[in-house]
Amino acid sequence: MSPDLWSLYELMFKSRTFEEAVRQIWKDGKISGEMHLGMGEEAIVAGIISQLIEGDAMALDHRGTPPMVMRGVDPVALLREFMGQPDGLCGGMGGHMHLFAPDMLAASSGIVGAAGPAAAGFALAGQMLRPGTVSIAFFGDGATNAGMLMESMNLAVVWKLPVIFVCKDNDWAITTPANTVLGGNLLARAQAFGMKAIEVDGAEVEAVWSAGEVALRHARAGNGPVFFWAHCVHLEGHFLGDGLLDMVRRPVYSFRKRTWPMVKGFFRSGGAPGGERISSLWQILGGVFKIQRQTASQSDPLVRTRQALAEKDAARLAELESVVRGEIQQCVAMALQSQGNAI
Amino acid sequence: MRQISFSDAIDDALGQAMASDPRILLLGEDVQGLHAGLFVRFGRQRVKNTPISEAAFLGAAVAASMAGLRPVAEIMLVDFIGVAGDALLNHAAKVEAFSGKRWRVPLVVRTACGGGYGDGGQHEQSLWGWLAHIPGLSVVVPSTPADAGGLMLAALALGSPVIFMEHKLISSLWLDFLGSGGRETVNFDIPAEGTRGLAPNIWEPLPIGTAAVRWEGSDLTIVTLGVGVHRALQAAAMLEPQGISAGVVDLRSVSPLDKVTLCREVSHTGRMLVVDEDYEGFGLSGELAAVALEGGLVFEYARVCTQTTIPYARHLEDKTLPSVERIVRACKQLVEQKP
Repeated sequence: MSPDLWSLYELMFKSRTFEEAVRQIWKDGKISGEMHLGMGEEAIVAGIISQLIEGDAMALDHRGTPPMVMRGVDPVALLREFMGQPDGLCGGMGGHMHLFAPDMLAASSGIVGAAGPAAAGFALAGQMLRPGTVSIAFFGDGATNAGMLMESMNLAVVWKLPVIFVCKDNDWAITTPANTVLGGNLLARAQAFGMKAIEVDGAEVEAVWSAGEVALRHARAGNGPVFFWAHCVHLEGHFLGDGLLDMVRRPVYSFRKRTWPMVKGFFRSGGAPGGERISSLWQILGGVFKIQRQTASQSDPLVRTRQALAEKDAARLAELESVVRGEIQQCVAMALQSQGNAI
Repeated sequence: MRQISFSDAIDDALGQAMASDPRILLLGEDVQGLHAGLFVRFGRQRVKNTPISEAAFLGAAVAASMAGLRPVAEIMLVDFIGVAGDALLNHAAKVEAFSGKRWRVPLVVRTACGGGYGDGGQHEQSLWGWLAHIPGLSVVVPSTPADAGGLMLAALALGSPVIFMEHKLISSLWLDFLGSGGRETVNFDIPAEGTRGLAPNIWEPLPIGTAAVRWEGSDLTIVTLGVGVHRALQAAAMLEPQGISAGVVDLRSVSPLDKVTLCREVSHTGRMLVVDEDYEGFGLSGELAAVALEGGLVFEYARVCTQTTIPYARHLEDKTLPSVERIVRACKQLVEQKP
């Protein structure tokens, strides 16, 4: 089988357009608290979710919006949930980090690593009640250092559970560069559990789809779990308002707010020698440069796929985008209208 | 004296202690960015980023404290302490007892807590009663910058495990990180007196386990802590012109509990209203009633607490967390009810 690039792009574009709207609503202050977007990981999510069947389960992390949108959850219900409305997906009780769609066996959690045990449990139920179905765990590379995720991998191996452990690796653990807190190699780590492990460029949706097909076939056939390691970037940082990204985008604002404590710390008596203090400052700057490099890079999966499709049929592409944009605009209008009614 | 913010006070006091005691180090997720001032001043050996491995780094901090260091382990949000529960429940809290007090655990766990900014029930819990339930753990909940700095110094000097809880609504560091994210389009009901205030230039330890009477009152005593203190003070000010004189006691620590101040104040008024952002059932609010009863007091009692999982939606959250409105109503009912 080969992937249908048009339908994959449609999923990705729908999720991206939706999250762009969410970003604006958050900026307008209609969403309180944190907002973790999945911009940049759409190819990974689309490549896997496009191959799910009824009865498959999803254990989601704090970036549950793209999987929910692509699996077919009503975008209006999602938006209403984010705005805390009574007719939101969860009645305004959960918010974007705690999305639940029981009819789709999709549950999310804001606790890093929690997707591991949840996916193992969904898979156990699937193994006994719905043979041939799988359970997907979505998590980041930061989560791979959570004990519960590693324990789940071992559990899934020894019980031959049909789990795909999808690691969306953006090279960050919250706002700490992952390489400074992650030992060894994740592929080797997964293999050491005795698990099939696949590495893929998460910005290439066709590559994700093809590797995903292999992984899903393996798990559906009862051969046990798969570790699916896909590299990506998070175009909006860890969450909206990410301090490091802010230093790139709003240097003047950030200088006043974030640099002053560092300057004060630098000149305080008592503590490390001067050389070490300079090295700390360099390290923080290094983080800023890293996120600048990543978000400016050509790793945006939509840009890549779009280029390929534009070469094939520019008119069809424009039509597709126009239809999706219209749908999302309508969703936003509906959600904002009920927001108005609620207040 | 000087003006300082709640979050700066904590890092400032910690920095003062770190400068004089090389055994103190701060470790936790993102601490080099979140506490950049300390990171720049003390370097990467003393301010260490951890992997997202709460069970490992909190467990390691317990043993490191047993072996000569004075770690301050930051669990970003107290909700995440569930992941590292074993390190606290079965180790930090037990080693001193098991060893016949031959081995101490001089550990500070600093952690952000509390709600009021729309982050949902997995990121806004208080849990101080849940933690204080475990013998062997001290639990500190400051409500002002001056208390926060002084209690941090005392926690570092105590020589036993202390959970140091920083309410996010009065911590500009956490509220900006998690609540506003650099936006000016969101509003929170922030008690100004908790966010910023006078503090000494050189920090002195403030003994853990001493409550503060924030407001004298003759009709009833509101016993509270954290942001609840500021809500209670606001309620007391509103009740004053209505002829109800409500005193406010700030516990400052859940464990050890200042039973003397509690009983003294409640015995003066004969009425106790507990305002507790933590869950109502099986927690601090019931414990306070039990302590006063054991102290032989006869008194009227009511409580304003969090009864359910904290909703994400702001309008529902406002109804769930103890509010000035709920406190005022409860005070009136308590005073008006016939004994």
